[in-house]
Amino acid sequence: MTDGMRPLLPDAIGANPSFSDLLARQRPAQELPRAAAVPDGGLHGTTIIGLRHAAGIVMAGDRQATAGYYVADARIDKLFVADDFSAIGISGSAGMAVEMVRLFQLELEHYEKITGDRLSLEGKANRLAQMLRSNLGLAMQGFVVVPLFGGYDLARSEGRIFNYDPSGGRWEDRDFHAEGSGGRAARGSLGKLWRAGMDESTAIAVAVEALIDASREDVATGGPDPSRGIFPTVVVVDAAGARLLDDTAVAPVVAALLGRSA
Amino acid sequence: MSFQPYVSPEQVMKDRSEYAVKGIGRGKSVIGIEYAEGLLFIAENPSTTLHKISEIYDRIAFAGVGKYSEFEDLRIAGVRLADLRGYSYGREDVKAKDLANAYSQTLTTIFTQQMKPYEVELLVGEVAADGGRNALYHVLFDGSVNDEKGFVAIGGHADTLTTALGSAYAEGWDLPTAVRQAVTALSSAEERAIGAQSVEAGVLDRTRPHRRKFRRLGADEVASILGA
Repeated sequence: MTDGMRPLLPDAIGANPSFSDLLARQRPAQELPRAAAVPDGGLHGTTIIGLRHAAGIVMAGDRQATAGYYVADARIDKLFVADDFSAIGISGSAGMAVEMVRLFQLELEHYEKITGDRLSLEGKANRLAQMLRSNLGLAMQGFVVVPLFGGYDLARSEGRIFNYDPSGGRWEDRDFHAEGSGGRAARGSLGKLWRAGMDESTAIAVAVEALIDASREDVATGGPDPSRGIFPTVVVVDAAGARLLDDTAVAPVVAALLGRSA
Repeated sequence: MSFQPYVSPEQVMKDRSEYAVKGIGRGKSVIGIEYAEGLLFIAENPSTTLHKISEIYDRIAFAGVGKYSEFEDLRIAGVRLADLRGYSYGREDVKAKDLANAYSQTLTTIFTQQMKPYEVELLVGEVAADGGRNALYHVLFDGSVNDEKGFVAIGGHADTLTTALGSAYAEGWDLPTAVRQAVTALSSAEERAIGAQSVEAGVLDRTRPHRRKFRRLGADEVASILGA
């Protein structure tokens, strides 16, 4: 008799709150391609840093896009506010990465509007892992995207950082993480500078210093250049929300660090 | 083989209209008001989680009365349409007018082609940037659309509310005045006092320093406005 119910109920009931699923259903042509053969012409090279502090997290990213030996753009943004309580930084193939960020931001907003609830930080981190996994076919062909995700967990009242691998593996960092071609240099620097329970302004200075160190070790990471008005992107997330810092707020931090090391 | 008796199309439409109007009449009402800084949607709603008033997009909000499952369906379809359009083109290309048209077409199709019409009425509002004209559309169960200005009431007590607000409404009310006047009108239409706890209100506030202009008024905020 249970079969009697089947024709009435679809396989899954309720409204699917996923924007990327909706896009795949409605506009297959606009979805990220899954396995087309594409030449590797993307832009690589980056350093994205995320670290925890007493009240939340700080994330920072350099501004340079590199194509081979060529600086394709000296002031692109690779770090974005994802929603009110999280931020996402990207390293890898620039076109794909920026598109993934756009989709991820919409994914969070769409979920919030359809269900009326904000996704948990855990839920956001998991969703990002699934989106990466669905991009695996492209990653195998050279269009690798590796994000760094961080945010404030309202349920736990603390900041959290998640790093990923191109296949969608997801790992949480207890202290800090740095992604991209300059990530190794930045992690070395962070290992020396990071302290548990730092305040926010110290954490911003530590992140920018690690970014400067990375730019000196890695040719594909652009260092701050006050003479041209190029400053790293810095986002802080705490219980009050996610905020992208103005260049005017980052400039004094950069000036102090560059002045010291000169 | 069975034969259906002949019923004239006129009679069919009349029966469906009566059915829909009766269904909507049983439910609560929603008021939409243009105030100085934007648009206010306000209703009596004992539930704090099953909303009548919701965000659709950056500058667009939605309100529905009648059968919850039906206007909830339409709300979700509206969010999908808006998000898809904003992704395909640009965020500023998502307009309340397009949404109202989409709702109108959908409801017309349902009204003429389905056995049972939707027992809903909708409001779609869009707050303009500084100096511009807000948009406020009222979509009926049969797909008719009205372009409203100033204030509009939909649902069971629409007529009583329109009369009550019509004599009080003045352009350029501030938010507290708009909330107080709306709650007074709702209370008099229901012939009982409506407390802050059972008021659901949302605004599209053009002064909100955020891309998304929609904001819900919490029970505390409504209580402090009504208490003042």
